[in-house]
Amino acid sequence: MAKVARLARLALAPDEIERMTAQLDGMLEHFADVDALDLTDVAPMTQPFPLVNVFRADVVQPCLDREEVLAAAPASEDGRFRVPPTVGLEG
Amino acid sequence: MTADGTSTPSAAAVAAAVRSGATKAADVVEQHLAAIAAREPEIHAFNTVLAEQARERAAQIDASVAAGNDPGPLAGVTVALKDNMCTRGVPTTCSSKILDGWKPPYDATVVNMLRDAGAIIVGKTNLDEFAMGSSTENSAFGPTRNPHDTSRVPGGSSGGSAAAVAAGFSQIALGSDTGGSIRQPAALCGVVGVKPTYGYVSRYGLVAFASSLDQIGPFASSVEDAALMLDVIGGHDPHDSTSIPQRHPSLTEAIQQGVEGLRVGRITDLPEGADPDVQERLDAAFEALRAAGATIVDVQVPAFTFGLTAYYLIAPAEASSNLARYDGVRYGLRVDAADTNEMYGVTRAAGFGDEVKRRIMLGTYALSAGYYDAYYGKALKVRRLIHDDFERAYQQADVLLTPTSPSVAFKFGSKGDNPFAMYLCDTYTIPTNLAGHPGMSVPFGTGAEGLPVGVQVLAGTLQEPVMFRAAAALERALS
Amino acid sequence: MSSYDGLPGDWELVVGLEVHVELATATKLFSGSPNRFGDEPNTNIDPVTLGLPGALPVLNEHAVELAMRIGLALNCTVQPSTFHRKNYFYPDMPKAYQVSQYDQPLNVDGYLDLPNGVRVGIERAHMEEDAGKSTHVGGSGGRVHGATASLIDLNRAGVPLVEIVSKPDIRSADDARACVGELRAILLAVGASDAKMEEGSMRVDANVSVHKPGTPFGTRCEIKNVNSVRSVGRAIEYEARRQIDLLESGDKVVQQTRHWDEGDGRTHTLRSKEDADDYRYFLEPDLVPLAPSAEWVERVRAALPMLPAARRARLSEATGQAADSEAVTSVVERGQDDYVLAVAAAGGNAARALVHVKEAFAEQGTSPQVPAADLAALSLLEVGGTLTATQAKAVLAEIVANGGGDAAAIASAKGFEAIDTSSLECFVDEAIAADPDAWQKFCNGDGKAMGALVGLVMKASKGKADGKTVTALLNQKKG
Ligand SMILES: [Mg+2]
Ligand SMILES: [Zn+2]
Repeated sequence: MAKVARLARLALAPDEIERMTAQLDGMLEHFADVDALDLTDVAPMTQPFPLVNVFRADVVQPCLDREEVLAAAPASEDGRFRVPPTVGLEG
Repeated sequence: MTADGTSTPSAAAVAAAVRSGATKAADVVEQHLAAIAAREPEIHAFNTVLAEQARERAAQIDASVAAGNDPGPLAGVTVALKDNMCTRGVPTTCSSKILDGWKPPYDATVVNMLRDAGAIIVGKTNLDEFAMGSSTENSAFGPTRNPHDTSRVPGGSSGGSAAAVAAGFSQIALGSDTGGSIRQPAALCGVVGVKPTYGYVSRYGLVAFASSLDQIGPFASSVEDAALMLDVIGGHDPHDSTSIPQRHPSLTEAIQQGVEGLRVGRITDLPEGADPDVQERLDAAFEALRAAGATIVDVQVPAFTFGLTAYYLIAPAEASSNLARYDGVRYGLRVDAADTNEMYGVTRAAGFGDEVKRRIMLGTYALSAGYYDAYYGKALKVRRLIHDDFERAYQQADVLLTPTSPSVAFKFGSKGDNPFAMYLCDTYTIPTNLAGHPGMSVPFGTGAEGLPVGVQVLAGTLQEPVMFRAAAALERALS
Repeated sequence: MSSYDGLPGDWELVVGLEVHVELATATKLFSGSPNRFGDEPNTNIDPVTLGLPGALPVLNEHAVELAMRIGLALNCTVQPSTFHRKNYFYPDMPKAYQVSQYDQPLNVDGYLDLPNGVRVGIERAHMEEDAGKSTHVGGSGGRVHGATASLIDLNRAGVPLVEIVSKPDIRSADDARACVGELRAILLAVGASDAKMEEGSMRVDANVSVHKPGTPFGTRCEIKNVNSVRSVGRAIEYEARRQIDLLESGDKVVQQTRHWDEGDGRTHTLRSKEDADDYRYFLEPDLVPLAPSAEWVERVRAALPMLPAARRARLSEATGQAADSEAVTSVVERGQDDYVLAVAAAGGNAARALVHVKEAFAEQGTSPQVPAADLAALSLLEVGGTLTATQAKAVLAEIVANGGGDAAAIASAKGFEAIDTSSLECFVDEAIAADPDAWQKFCNGDGKAMGALVGLVMKASKGKADGKTVTALLNQKKG
């Protein structure tokens, strides 16, 4: 679960992880009820309403105002979003 | 009828009166603002009340009528919006600390449609954080109380919208329904609540919880008002790729028809767990439709019972991805840290509540390498079974009736610490979202302690007209 | 021209390329903000690009068409496709997932023939969205390490990309370079991208490994940040040597991503694959499948222009020059092959036209100003023996300077007249008499001596003699 928390970028305290692990274990137990089903020939359902080929035309639409957008950002500089250094991330 | 028993004119009647000039939109707005002023401190239906905007809008509508123009089919009708629909320049919080104070730079498609139809938005309503919950107790801004009994929950996650209509704060409200989040609070608050076919209403501007399940729908005090609202907000939106590219038949017209010859299905293998008072009202509903000329048929939906399992893998999986964008970079909360990776972790840990974290963890796990097939992949197959079982049932029946909620409104904190106990509230509503079909809850009398009970009417893909006919028949049977 | 031929020992190089190409659309892949390089930061932004809550993607039809052009030009099969979410956190990735075609790419199983005849298999060419741009500030030289902050510009976020993945069919750095060059030529020919490596609209990653023939492929490293065709070769050569050094000293190659540094001419560790992110791919629920109709695919195929390989073959046939000769490849690259063929069609000599266009038309575009008929006339004077190669060059210079002109008139104005054979023989005899030493050496087979004799003839004839005819006469006299 600590790995899952890392993947999800949730800095949880150890006791939080412990509590959540117990709760999730409990839920995963409930989920075992589908193990009784034979799903071998069942196609996964990924779309509630079958549509294909939905497109938009390649036509420019108005943009958002940069100042309005940056004003809503926690930090910005030189017309750009500012974040702490990206150490440990790919780049 | 509102929770305090007063009868209000229908939205259609209000719109007709405002369009003719017989009633001023300004007066309609003042009545509702007065209702809000009287009971909102106790109910807490809203995260934001838009009193001044509503007054300005009403003045515009009245001026437009005076100038001989038609402001539209919802002229002067007051609407409350669940606070997970984007409103330009107006806070849209999803009842989460992570979006506290954020003002979207754009309007959701439904907001534009409401404006074009002459509706007046009176406020943004409270919800379980990011629509995850069935009681509106998971709001970062405190719970909403049930107008029928303020010691009880209004249901959720659209509890604020349900309560707003039940308390007479607005004539209509919009909610979103991912696993029952419109129908269950509608049942608990004694109002009509509709989840349309997936793709019936645009999701553009609806803050995503689980993209393949989310649908916007109306709350109203009557089936007719719900139909009127859905006629306005239904339809194709080129900004939503999953929006169904067709015009929908008028539901306002559909409800003029009765239910003679309609085949109403009773699901014989429905999961148990409904309280006796709820079961009693469901039986009465079957009787009422039979009396109105419908035929009752027995059908089976064997996979219905696996809905909860499939849902609690699919919805968290999609949510884990949908909620990854709350990272403190472009908008919303940031907790500062030495580097970006750390900033992500502490921001998200501080910004999300427990239930949201739990679902993000569950969903991340269900999608992660080595577990996808066992969890998410399997859930998608179960989803197919549920869909196919429903489709078979709809060969035999035009609509199905089930309880909406296993119980009437419950007391705050009564579900304890066990998340699964809360999830069981959605036993009867969830399978419909998985199938992509429409469903609605209609108030059908009262159960324990005189609290409202809802009956759920389900129908096949795009069978809203027949679903509304059955709902209208139930409503007529009560009056 | 090989800067590096073969590897030490009997090592064999194995290279596969992954090339990201920005498509030449007007707008983003999933939204309507402009796809334009070099604008002020964060001006080409909309709710979708910013990953705002509630925003939804809609696929750009023209991007699909350009992607199909690429696939068809690379002899791929175009197949139905779906989009997945690749989940990972990075500040220039606004939604914290990249939408990309995953297990069902649009284009599969193609190939690309290099000018030298080597065939490189194309595994897939799939569509995906680009990320924004991070600038690291406060550290030295804009590097990640040591920076105090990063600044994010999202103009590039959501720009449509096609990622072309080759099979590991490349066996030399030269072929890798040729492959990138050929790919670039194809992209330009079909108008799918401006393919500017220096602006990042074409980005090459190389998967490099070494092994001994007959043994399995070695462990590969992925080389990123290769920003020019030239550095493709350099980076691969460096990396191959690095791996061979490791293996020959008994070490192992560790699978990792390495960064090419143009400055020091080395590759550096970026990250190892062991701690690779778990991307939790799942089908993007906000998009629907893409299934181009057979008619659409055929329409795109039929509209494809002639591709570089076919152009080279055609020019080779017309001029008698090899398809991978420098004259043919460079003239095709400049898009002047049609012009050469037009000169031939105007009755001119194709081989001479090719030489002149290659030498004198470098500054001209695809449709040179000089009328094809003028160059045709010049080439005829040349092959007819009226003008020597040197004289022709002088005449052409004037024609090019004036944007056209009558070759015969210019030649006579310059006093260029054909010398009759008897006077030419006279000049040859005089030259032999003037330098008997050289004559003797020439008779003994010294090639250099011939140059001295030809020079004397040229001087005496004031440049009017044709070098080839003089050489022939000298050889005749030698007997
Ligand atoms: Mg790649
Ligand atoms: Zn890629």
